[in-house]
Amino acid sequence: MRWFWIDRIIEFHSGKSAKAIKNVSLAEEHLHDHYPGFPVMPGSLMIEGMAQTGGILLGESHGFKHVVILAKIPKVVFHSWACPGDQLVYSAELLDAREEGGMTAVRATCGDRLVAEAEIFFAHVDKSEAGPAGAKQKNFVFELGLLDVLDVGKAGDGTK
Amino acid sequence: MPSRDEIFEKVRETLVDALGVDDDEVTSAATLIGDLGAESIDFLDIVFRLEKNFDIKIPRGELFPENIASADSGFVAAGKITDAGLAELRTRMPHADIEKFAADPRVERMSDLFTVDMICKFLAAKLGA
Repeated sequence: MRWFWIDRIIEFHSGKSAKAIKNVSLAEEHLHDHYPGFPVMPGSLMIEGMAQTGGILLGESHGFKHVVILAKIPKVVFHSWACPGDQLVYSAELLDAREEGGMTAVRATCGDRLVAEAEIFFAHVDKSEAGPAGAKQKNFVFELGLLDVLDVGKAGDGTK
Repeated sequence: MPSRDEIFEKVRETLVDALGVDDDEVTSAATLIGDLGAESIDFLDIVFRLEKNFDIKIPRGELFPENIASADSGFVAAGKITDAGLAELRTRMPHADIEKFAADPRVERMSDLFTVDMICKFLAAKLGA
């Protein structure tokens, strides 16, 4: 399994905001244990997708020169849940971007329904500090591979 | 120009948001790490929030100096901050109670320099209050 918790970026305004979607599928194995007979997208993985959306937004604002790590979630509220077949839209807004890190506000919605909202705080780590092993850790918001989600939308009908 | 009380109230709000502590835990004498449970990453979060709430810029290391207590800083000997280190602290942290710390300058006590009062004094100087 690849550590991608968003499927596609659908809007991107450099330095300001980004929107990504996550299609929840019954094929995802963890949904069979979470919970048996009542599959819902785990909140922790929703946070991961929200952080990937915000992390790419922050990373891009600095030309991807820093390794962006999820440092802290000062606030998160879950208002409802997401089930197989639901499409979550993660809308991230960049509140603050500095050399040392940045702060984002991210909302998860399913149609008109608010599912979760969070403040997500990121720190920058230099590539040299991260080390060859460190850079592969899953708490790093993106490796270069995740940036492919920026291009996925081109594959279907050629539009983005 | 905000009064000292106004500064304290805003600092209290900032720390409640950043650290998830209760209002009444944020007293003037409270230490950020020991009393309020702050971790290293929280310091960056606090700086961000103070900048926003007070509409100021705080350059890196100005409020929370880095690398004074690390083993290779040259300011540590036998687990204590040296006289040169104390002099450095007086320059870089003019709003902290260095004299109290100097009486027993063990490295592990250095985190006690970071108090709510220190933040308020720093902001008062910065805002010219």
